[in-house]
Amino acid sequence: MAKHETPLLDQLETGPWPSFVSDIKREAESREKNEKNVEYQIPQDCCDDLLGVLELSYKHGRTHWKHGGIVGVFGYGGGVIGRYCDQPEMFPGVAHFHTMRVSQPAGKFYTTKYLEDICDLWERRGSGLTNMHGSTGDIIFLGTTTVQLEEVFWELGHNLNQDLGGSGSNLRTPSDCVGAARCEWACFDTQAICHDLTNEYQDELHRPAFPYKFKFKFDGCPNCCVASIARSDLAFVGTWRDDIKIDQEAVKAYVGGELPPNGGAHAGRDWGPFDIKKEVIDLCPTGCMKYEDGKLEINTPECTRCMHCICVMPRALRIGDDRGCSIFAGAKAPILDGAQMGSLIVPFIKVEEPYDEIKETVIEPIWDWWMEEGKNRERLGELMKRQGFQKLLEVTGFKPDPRMVQEPRTNPYIFWKEDEVEGGFDRDINEFRKYHQR
Amino acid sequence: MAFISSGYNPDKPMANRITDIGPRKFDEFYPPVIAKNKGKWLYHEILEPGILVHVAESGDEVYTIRCGGCRLMSVSHIREICEIADKHCDGHLRFTTRNNIEFMVDSKEKVEPLKQDLLSRKQAGGCFKFPIGGSGAGITNIVHTQGWIHCHTPATDASGTVKATLDVLFDDFVNMRLPAKLKVSMACCLNMCGAVHCSDIAILGYHRKPPMIDHEYIDKMCEIPLAIAACPTAAIKPSKITLPDGKEVKSVSVNEPRCMFCGNCYTMCPSMPLADDVGDGIVLMAGGKVSNRISAPKFSKVVVAFIPNEMPRWPTMTDTIQRIVEAYAKDANKYERLGEWAERIGWERFFEKCELEFTHHLIDDFRDPAYFTWRQTSQFKF
Repeated sequence: MAKHETPLLDQLETGPWPSFVSDIKREAESREKNEKNVEYQIPQDCCDDLLGVLELSYKHGRTHWKHGGIVGVFGYGGGVIGRYCDQPEMFPGVAHFHTMRVSQPAGKFYTTKYLEDICDLWERRGSGLTNMHGSTGDIIFLGTTTVQLEEVFWELGHNLNQDLGGSGSNLRTPSDCVGAARCEWACFDTQAICHDLTNEYQDELHRPAFPYKFKFKFDGCPNCCVASIARSDLAFVGTWRDDIKIDQEAVKAYVGGELPPNGGAHAGRDWGPFDIKKEVIDLCPTGCMKYEDGKLEINTPECTRCMHCICVMPRALRIGDDRGCSIFAGAKAPILDGAQMGSLIVPFIKVEEPYDEIKETVIEPIWDWWMEEGKNRERLGELMKRQGFQKLLEVTGFKPDPRMVQEPRTNPYIFWKEDEVEGGFDRDINEFRKYHQR
Repeated sequence: MAFISSGYNPDKPMANRITDIGPRKFDEFYPPVIAKNKGKWLYHEILEPGILVHVAESGDEVYTIRCGGCRLMSVSHIREICEIADKHCDGHLRFTTRNNIEFMVDSKEKVEPLKQDLLSRKQAGGCFKFPIGGSGAGITNIVHTQGWIHCHTPATDASGTVKATLDVLFDDFVNMRLPAKLKVSMACCLNMCGAVHCSDIAILGYHRKPPMIDHEYIDKMCEIPLAIAACPTAAIKPSKITLPDGKEVKSVSVNEPRCMFCGNCYTMCPSMPLADDVGDGIVLMAGGKVSNRISAPKFSKVVVAFIPNEMPRWPTMTDTIQRIVEAYAKDANKYERLGEWAERIGWERFFEKCELEFTHHLIDDFRDPAYFTWRQTSQFKF
């Protein structure tokens, strides 16, 4: 028997898509029955009360959660987000209902053993509700009491060899695409570098020393499945410098209709027979391809590696062998000063363990600058905007490169530096006046 | 409910403390076929919506069945996922960045039984537990934020708007009839934890009323200078207020015409709540992408300035989204993403084809970049 009536939420229990309401109800029921005699460490009816408070929000059109407040685990400045209900008398089961972020494994592969251990822990010491996964990538534990935070952290560390993720003005938990684990387009091992940097920068991840949040994301190719270029302060996007590898026999098989174009991605509609000219050659953004006499040619220096031809003919075309990544800095969502896409600062860098070049010539100089100059709650991209791209070049020592801009500036208001101008800025007015009357 | 200690001693928090160990290492979770063929994949193919095969140089194959999942998942549901993975996938699975669940098997014979098992599982009200799809030229899972489930600043609910939308768009989750992939994302306030700003279609919760000020409490609850500094438009000033009982207190005043309703002040100061049942609602954005395929990544543009919150199923919002999807499906060329289509036909045509009203709210007036979004050519369509 449900603790609260939820007539509005109940209407979200029909239709084909999985219902989060049905799922919360299932957990509420499981906690009420408690067939496994779990010794619940937070209120047994917390899922019922969560449904109750959510129903009230559906009725009022307003949230019923209050601010975080300062809660956390000892020695960490992130990983826990405090959450209190603004109707604690009505819903005592969720009066204190804090979120914990658990650092996910790169690539988000799991064994059932690990997930079951996580479930046992969170059923006992929390609400039994999770997000798989949060927007940044962490496993999210949704709802526990203050006193359980240290207990959950202890069990994660001691029993599951597992740490919390980032929140606040920290490095946020880095995340990556499936990468080389199961994708033929990965230009570097996204999981290896994601894991390495996550561990290398544990201090930055757990102890807030930054002006604001900072995100790393790793996309194995320019398709950007984890949206690094739009969402991370430093985006690592796989690319290559040599020729796209062509299997001419497979190209012919696509042209002849023996292989399904786009790996079958358009199979839900009859688009007519595959037309290599219309669908590949003419859509190439640089016009660097031609198909003549049954032979496909790509003029590599003109190719910008947009992936379209490779996506359309995955069995005929493969990424090159001279692989690495491009690095983009400054992406962020609109708060505060409008959305920003990442800007290219490193056209190409090799991605090889132990990643010293990436750490020492890119990440750390940029952090030093941002920590020195960034204002409170200023993202890297906003600092770049405020102080200019030139400043970023200055702190990293990278050479300016036309690849870094969409187009050169349209105004000539160049801030020449004194040492760039012969003789400097120090001049003698009297010497000048000898030739120019007042 | 007796307290059970994990071993942690609050009197000696540093005793035997384990910190900074990071996440578990990815490769301990790889299925054997992944561990063996990592970095040596040749190609992949989508056999049917949601079912992919990846073929390795070794000749090995891995078949992936992709299922939609709610981002909010109970441990009962996760245990059911584990039961399925134990039964069919030797105890391995993965999640995608868009909250899909991927079950992988190493031979084709194992696909059909797994598929039947997944599709046979339904929730009490008849919803699929594990709908298969989200691949190719279709609509994949909608990524979203916490909403009214667990956040203090939302202007709408996240899980509910997503459930309502995916019920309406379900056919395109289980099919691949669109000109290209179409990604829908949801963020419940403009802080955009969900970073929806580069999605083909973005659902965004938005406040439209400036904060109320709890004058009696603000100086006790908040650091007033932090609230003032948090405002991106400098709309908040310190002020002195006389309460009805004649007592003068330190507070703030808000220059209302300058407020963009971002809620940053509320994040810094709980005495400045914004939420309002009629003020809050939905903004729809369209035409963004993150892929570099053919054209550069693009931001989504605001195409509907406001739709009221209509609980529990937001019918005006879902009708509008459906109309945009149908206009795109009908009119775009093969491979064209929604934003590429809008740019080719022109935004004036986009509004016409999607039957959307163009109002002044859709013309950018926020700071310098706004100027460059106005039409600066004689080329336009009648």
